[in-house]
Amino acid sequence: MRWDEYLKKERLPSFWCAGCGYGQVMRSLAMALEKTRAALENTVIVSGIGCWGHVDSWMKPNAFHGIHGRALAFATGIKLASPALNVIVVMGDGDGVTIGGNHFIHACRRNVGLTAVVCNNLNYGMTGGQYSGTTPEDSITSTSRYGHIEQSFDICRLAEAAGAHFIARSISENVVATADCIAEGMKRENFAVIEVMSPCTTHYGRNNNMRKPIEMYRRIKSLAVPVGTAAKLSSEQMEGKFVTGILLDRPGEDYFTRYQNNIKVKAQTAAKEEGT
Amino acid sequence: MRKHEIRFGMGNEAIAEGAIAAGARFYAGYPITPSSEIADISSVRLPQVGGIFVQMEDEIGSMSAIIGASAAGVKSYTATSGPGISLMQENIGVAVITEIPCVIINVQRSGPSTGLATKPGQQDVMQARWGAHGDHAIIALSPSSVQECYDLTIRAFNLAEKYRTPVCILSDEIVGHMREQFELHGAKEIIGRKQPDPSMPVEAFRPYDFERYEDHIAPLPPFGGRYVYRHTASGHDENGYVTNDKQNANKFIRHYTEKIEKHRDDIVTVEAHCMEDAEYAIISFGCSVRSAMAAMRMARARGKKVGVLKLITLWPFADKEVRAVLDRVKGAIVAEMNLGQVFSEVSRHNDRRIPLVSVGKVDAEIIYPEEILDALEEAARA
Ligand SMILES: Cc1ncc(C[n+]2csc(CCOP(=O)(O)OP(=O)(O)O)c2C)c(N)n1
Repeated sequence: MRWDEYLKKERLPSFWCAGCGYGQVMRSLAMALEKTRAALENTVIVSGIGCWGHVDSWMKPNAFHGIHGRALAFATGIKLASPALNVIVVMGDGDGVTIGGNHFIHACRRNVGLTAVVCNNLNYGMTGGQYSGTTPEDSITSTSRYGHIEQSFDICRLAEAAGAHFIARSISENVVATADCIAEGMKRENFAVIEVMSPCTTHYGRNNNMRKPIEMYRRIKSLAVPVGTAAKLSSEQMEGKFVTGILLDRPGEDYFTRYQNNIKVKAQTAAKEEGT
Repeated sequence: MRKHEIRFGMGNEAIAEGAIAAGARFYAGYPITPSSEIADISSVRLPQVGGIFVQMEDEIGSMSAIIGASAAGVKSYTATSGPGISLMQENIGVAVITEIPCVIINVQRSGPSTGLATKPGQQDVMQARWGAHGDHAIIALSPSSVQECYDLTIRAFNLAEKYRTPVCILSDEIVGHMREQFELHGAKEIIGRKQPDPSMPVEAFRPYDFERYEDHIAPLPPFGGRYVYRHTASGHDENGYVTNDKQNANKFIRHYTEKIEKHRDDIVTVEAHCMEDAEYAIISFGCSVRSAMAAMRMARARGKKVGVLKLITLWPFADKEVRAVLDRVKGAIVAEMNLGQVFSEVSRHNDRRIPLVSVGKVDAEIIYPEEILDALEEAARA
């Protein structure tokens, strides 16, 4: 199938604001499905609640649209019960690492073979631009009118510390690079995290002196440093910037494989010895 | 298969075995006293029968995972106690609105919050009924013996599948940890999930199109089969698309209650003991039934005509059955380890205004039969 055949065109346009980066990421996701030749029957998009969490309603594969913050936990059940499925989990920064932060770190550690696409727009888009766990310090948001006083998470570093095996980052306007990151993540048996920096021009941009959408796109682009370049820069030169590309890709055995090869084998041997 | 094995074990063990006998092959949970043995035993037994056990990071994740696994076609369950149920409530609503079958076991302890973690109580009757936001109905079953833990767990899975709904087992510390002989008879009847008629074109399948079916239960194929579809925990139409349409909301929100209430005769079960000639009734459930039965025997030994109405289903409530009893007797006692949660339900049916006495105990000790006998005397005096 071609990428656009994964979209439910009859339900478009989306409700995303003009200027939002999510349409770009939706295209990347569709391209990743094409690249991995994903069959609709065999693919489930598990979505959180938020602007990005609505992407499943414009795409053709199976979908599970649950509640705010729990997408990874629903997906864990789906994947362990039916390991042959491609399970793609789409979450915003609020959904994925703020309300859902506990599920996120444990999903990284547990290593169930899910592909998590976390769109980071630096705030809660859907509820009107309040701060999230990834909102940078000093930002103005709907709930930090005097400037944000908390530190923010770096999603990729959080994932690494929590034990994820595959971590990548991209920016929404680099549609092809994002698609490559998602497709590579999908090919892994391991839990994969792909963070996509995507502008919320309506809330974050306007609140933070980027009146026109293009200004926020320029800002994001100016901060993105490809992984090869970043290796040559000093930490001072990298101050305030973020690295893009595949940041970590280490081998490992996913939860289901381990379960099959260890727990099930031992349990069934024990049951036989018991003579039951 | 362990068919027709007789075993001496605790209620929690019987629940785990009942789940496996019912065909459950997925457990996700987070340990909590007095339910933890269900997790412990499931972690050993499920992989023996090809199932999956996973300990999640909390009860929110556990409830999410069993809903997900069930959507993928595997019968799923979790076990916890009151505090864990509180964390599961948002997700119990998900199972209601997505109509995904699952079984949630609450082995009750005493008190609010962490309460008296190792002590018995029956204080979650109303949490089981209303513990989720938004209008809905729920099925809750209450075992009072180890054998019933086994049998009712099988029944819980059957009801969950039959009505596409979460089903709660409301056990308690006493029944959960008590040891008795029980028979693992394998499930006599296993209800599987209704599947779409194979003649239906794949594109015509709609996961929430309940009106098309006489019993108002739409078939539910697993993810990964021939049907490509959406589950949506937001207000949705027959196809699982989010909508705020008035008529649609009215239709679906009523459905979540009506599909249970319409079938209450199939769901509600009570057991009457010595009620034929009874002048006084003791109405009870779960561990307190054991005190009620002892009190009944003691009263009968003294020549008093006392019977017991044991509520096996707590929800939907046995309105008809309770009313029929109150219509006949001179007085009734409601014995429960809480401050009158079932008593208030029973009171609604006291049209004749007979003496109705609550034995509501919250000191974390089982009700003594003498306390019920005192209440019977109080009812007789009134
Ligand atoms: C339990 C719960 N709390 C709060 C909300 C309200 N809510 C909906 S979306 C959202 C935040 C969305 O932000 P994010 O996940 O970053 O996604 P975005 O909209 O920015 O794409 C919140 C707080 C909810 N739906 N459920």
